[in-house]
Amino acid sequence: MGSYIIRRVLLLIPTFLLLTIFVFLIIRLMPGNVIELMVLQHSHEQAGQQQIDVEAIRHMIGLDKPVYEQYWNWLSGLFRGDMGKSLWTQKGVTADVMARLPITFELGIFAFIIAQIVAFPIGILAAIRQDSIGDYIARSISIIAVAVPSFWLATMVMVFPSIWWGWSPPERYIPMSENLGLNLQQFLIPAAIMGFGMAGLTVRMLRTTMLDVLRQDYVRTAWAKGLRERVILLRHVLKNAAIPVVTIISGQIGVLIGGAVIMEQIFNIPGMGRLFVDAVFTRDYPYIVGINALFSSVGLFTILMTDLSYAWLDPRIRYK
Amino acid sequence: MTAVAQASGQKQIKKYSPVADFFRRLIREKPLGTFGAIVVVLLLFCAVFANVISPYDPVVSNLPDRLQGPSIRHIFGTDNLGRDMLSRIIYGGRVSLYVGLGASLVNVLVATLLGLISGYLGGWFDVLVQRVVDVAISIPSLVILITLVGVLGPGLVQLILIMGINGGIQWARVVRSGVISIRENVYMDAARSIGSGLWHMLSRHVFPNILPMMVIIFSVSIAGNIMAEAGLSFLGLGLPPPTPTWGGMLSAEGRRFMYEAWWLAIFPGLILTIVIYGVNMWGDAVRDLLDPRLRGGVGRYARAVKREKAKQKA
Repeated sequence: MGSYIIRRVLLLIPTFLLLTIFVFLIIRLMPGNVIELMVLQHSHEQAGQQQIDVEAIRHMIGLDKPVYEQYWNWLSGLFRGDMGKSLWTQKGVTADVMARLPITFELGIFAFIIAQIVAFPIGILAAIRQDSIGDYIARSISIIAVAVPSFWLATMVMVFPSIWWGWSPPERYIPMSENLGLNLQQFLIPAAIMGFGMAGLTVRMLRTTMLDVLRQDYVRTAWAKGLRERVILLRHVLKNAAIPVVTIISGQIGVLIGGAVIMEQIFNIPGMGRLFVDAVFTRDYPYIVGINALFSSVGLFTILMTDLSYAWLDPRIRYK
Repeated sequence: MTAVAQASGQKQIKKYSPVADFFRRLIREKPLGTFGAIVVVLLLFCAVFANVISPYDPVVSNLPDRLQGPSIRHIFGTDNLGRDMLSRIIYGGRVSLYVGLGASLVNVLVATLLGLISGYLGGWFDVLVQRVVDVAISIPSLVILITLVGVLGPGLVQLILIMGINGGIQWARVVRSGVISIRENVYMDAARSIGSGLWHMLSRHVFPNILPMMVIIFSVSIAGNIMAEAGLSFLGLGLPPPTPTWGGMLSAEGRRFMYEAWWLAIFPGLILTIVIYGVNMWGDAVRDLLDPRLRGGVGRYARAVKREKAKQKA
């Protein structure tokens, strides 16, 4: 198992480098770069004043160096925990990102927990009570959950309680340190909306794979041995049905991050998603690259954990 | 004697057609998939004939009629500029369809090209492609889409290419594993032993075998691509206004007016949900009918259960 983990971790390094190089290059090679935007804004603010020196700005924010040098500087900075400075404000990116990371993290974890708490009991019940009324209801809702766009659901939650009862989700962000209860309350609605969509897919997958495993010979043997239902379901059925479910759940992590970006916009939560969208509109390269790298690290970590959980769930994979 | 000849002649005319067989099975076995197919056809119809069937102009504002509720004149009401919501939704469907079908087509082309070459030839190209696939899978889709749209600027062609290439790279792994398992077949050795060239092997033996997979990738991708376009438009990164898009109609811009005009919040989202639902069902049905194995080991079981049930009925 040890060498297996090391092999998987080592494989992440080239992927991470390739990824950052790609993002780094592509935002610099494309038209409509940040300098033009700065010149535009400058001429907007001070019409008729002296011509600004494009080359001077380029030099000041370090875009006059060759791209490979810029990349090397960025990468070596990253190892020292420094993601560079904002092109617009010259403020350090790292501090800004690190201040917002926990917020998005909290939202994502919250949504993830809600999704699993909802999905697992429903998926298992739908499978062991196949073709019951509960099964039909669970299946119908899970199909709908996959189809409803999260941002529409969120919009409805913003609009209709306000029309009917004059209630709307809080506009101002309440940090965890200020009031834990109100903070959790604020995150509950967006997290539940994100979790709802995620749970739908998990329920469907869990149900179908559980049904498959329930018909296996070794499960019949377990029943024949007189094992208790709980032991059979948890140890024999769930563990063997888990691999496709884990695949689905890990595939949903990326969707969860995308959902967080959208939810932060709607519910006015100052997380990484908000920072990211703002940075894209202003073409603030260090922010864009830094946040891409960070979100992708989460993606890479998810892939690693998925591989490891396959190995844990199915010993055959370890010895391949 | 002549009767027999006639009968056999008729049998020859009734040739087996995989396409007709597919639709026959779709209607018989997959009612939800049939519903999905109807949704796709309706969407196609509305998109192609948007200028004919929409009752009003979707772009020109008509301020005296602003924020009117649903009525006989405006079935879905009007927005803050007095534009008919029904017309805007019909035209928005055009954008969704273009992006949904266009990006899915690019998905298939990219996935097939990369998967075919890296799966069949292997070697250093395969290693390289696999690392690129790793990259595409590890970046959350919406994040890379936002980055690239921010870089390339909004526009229909940009959206189709960005979503098509990003998704296509991710799908390449599925095609690759399909190609590898085809390559192991004995008939491939046989073909090689009679001296078939590379082009002949690919076009006559590999390609026909991955064709169902290509149809599946196309069908399954449509829903995700429509959803992604709506999400980007919602964030203001889709097509710029005044082009009507479903995501754009629900965006922050429109939300300010929803508190006094609930119909602005309901209809674009409802239509989007129905379309995603239908297209999802269509994609699932196509996958189940063409290649149940891609579902994750449930296909054979489901068929066995059905057979069992039919036996009990008989």
